[in-house]
Amino acid sequence: MSDTATKHEVLLRVDDLVKHFPIRGGLFKQVKSHVRAVDHVSFEIERGKVLGIVGESGCGKTTLGRTVLRLTPRTAGKVFFKDKDIFEQGKGNLLKLRTKMQIIFQDPYSSLNPRLPVNEIIGEALVQHGMVKNKSEMMDRVIDIIEKCGLFPEQACRYPHQFSGGQRQRICIARALVLNPEFVVCDETVSALDVSIQSQIINLLKEMQEHLGLTYLFISHDLSVVRFISDQVGVMYLGELVEYGEKNQIFNTPRHPYTEALLSAAPTFDFAELRTRKRIILKGDIPSPVNPPSGCRFHTRCPFAQELCSIESPEDIEVEPGHRVRCHMASGKISASGH
Amino acid sequence: MTSNTTVSKCLTGRKDKQVESFWSSIFKQFRKNKLAVVSFYVLLVIILACIFVPIFSPYTMEQTNMQEKSLPPSAAHWFGTDDIGRDLFTRLFVGGRISLGISLAVVALECVIGILLGTLAGYYGGFVDGLIMRIADIFLCFPFLIICITIVSIFSSGPVTLIVTLAVLSWPSIARIVRAQILSLRELEYMEACEALGISDSRRMFRHLLPNVMAYVIVYATLGIAGTILTETSLSFLGMGIRFPIPTWGNLIQAARNPAVLDKYWWYWVPSGVAIFLTVMCWNIIGDALRDAVDPKMKR
Repeated sequence: MSDTATKHEVLLRVDDLVKHFPIRGGLFKQVKSHVRAVDHVSFEIERGKVLGIVGESGCGKTTLGRTVLRLTPRTAGKVFFKDKDIFEQGKGNLLKLRTKMQIIFQDPYSSLNPRLPVNEIIGEALVQHGMVKNKSEMMDRVIDIIEKCGLFPEQACRYPHQFSGGQRQRICIARALVLNPEFVVCDETVSALDVSIQSQIINLLKEMQEHLGLTYLFISHDLSVVRFISDQVGVMYLGELVEYGEKNQIFNTPRHPYTEALLSAAPTFDFAELRTRKRIILKGDIPSPVNPPSGCRFHTRCPFAQELCSIESPEDIEVEPGHRVRCHMASGKISASGH
Repeated sequence: MTSNTTVSKCLTGRKDKQVESFWSSIFKQFRKNKLAVVSFYVLLVIILACIFVPIFSPYTMEQTNMQEKSLPPSAAHWFGTDDIGRDLFTRLFVGGRISLGISLAVVALECVIGILLGTLAGYYGGFVDGLIMRIADIFLCFPFLIICITIVSIFSSGPVTLIVTLAVLSWPSIARIVRAQILSLRELEYMEACEALGISDSRRMFRHLLPNVMAYVIVYATLGIAGTILTETSLSFLGMGIRFPIPTWGNLIQAARNPAVLDKYWWYWVPSGVAIFLTVMCWNIIGDALRDAVDPKMKR
């Protein structure tokens, strides 16, 4: 990172992050095996940029988002936020960091406490961190942020069940943004909403990001949403980041067969594209992360898989500046024509 | 920046808006149950009588009058007099004060201990949970009545001893309810949001988790009051509760142990029996109605 100019300040650096959940069983609750939810994932996000993470259900996207914020402990690896390893911070420092790193969840129903009014849901963290002096100042801040998020001041004293799903998600966004964070994890933030509301919420997120200079880790399974909001995109498969690069690199020149398959499966209204593109239909289901396939994890479903793929795990190679792929085809060890 | 007028407008808006909070919806549901509403008023009458009858009665609970002993109910003595000429109407409601007061105190203390330990166990889990719940298990395997009798006979049988004994023996069930609820609640996303926001543990437990558990606690407490009245009554009946000359419903009904009284002086024991029956019944009906109101899914 020697060439980090002020313009390209790396806000978050994830270095070889590993998160395994132990599976216990038997008479003495001994650890029998692990769910490899996140396996050796590395990436960087520059300040003010949006990194989209895509992948199918169960590939570890959500776990990645939570581990990056230290909401669950890591198994190995490092997460640097402004050059500080968040897992090395003491309790006091971590609390300070919490105000800088926020998360917006998928389900706007279970992520708001039904017994607290909106002003308290949003404002309690302000009081907790001593960012406001008294209750009326808290109300001012709360009203300010909910107006920015598209709600009305008189709604501040209502309870969550009086709001619709989209409004609830606005409350969740307000709660995350009221602390003036620098980095926000959006964990499938729009997936639970219907399409017309999705676009409103996405636009709100984008607007807030440009307005406040926020940095997002945007987790989604919806390619069109990721394409709209992201600067960089990472593709996850079975806990691994299989491809990572600028948005255009991923969407225009995908190098990993899994990314190609994902892109070809996305619905489109572009009929010219529909006519020309070939669909890659993946066989079978995603294998269990408890017992991932040997070698390349994708080889069981990959249309180009060869013998080497089941033996040797592919390295993470940079195929062009900023574009990294984990595939033997990209490294030239095998060729696609061989199949 | 928005001024304080907006704030106050917002805060007043809370009252006149069609805000149906969780509690008002419970109340609405409760009111639909006519039997429960009747029970509520019956109970209210009993409680008010317990408060005001001893104040306005021309007799005191200890005032004896050997000229007027064992009189049947009359205009002067509505529920008659006992074998040393005390007015039973007054004694019934003084006894009610003590029986109800003790039950309320026991349930309150039991709830405080149970909620506190249940919350800690559910929230922290692991070792703390194991420790607290094993202690609860130990308390649950005591034979209730025998332990009560032992403790009451070791210490004096005053109201304080009785309250503490009953509360200490019955907190585990409420701790279990609270713990079970908190175990499921703490996995919800809003608790994770609390973690991300850096909200303190105590606030998370008492501001976020407890209000979600309170409905269940109130239901349990209501049913618990009925149970405690009966327990207190049985202890007093056995002579292990509050002793003469202080009346309780339990030791008033104790008069019926004498076959002659049971046969000839029905007014010694029938009023207290009816009072116990009505009160316990009312608390139970109210508790059932509350439970249905809190969790409609549990209804049949």
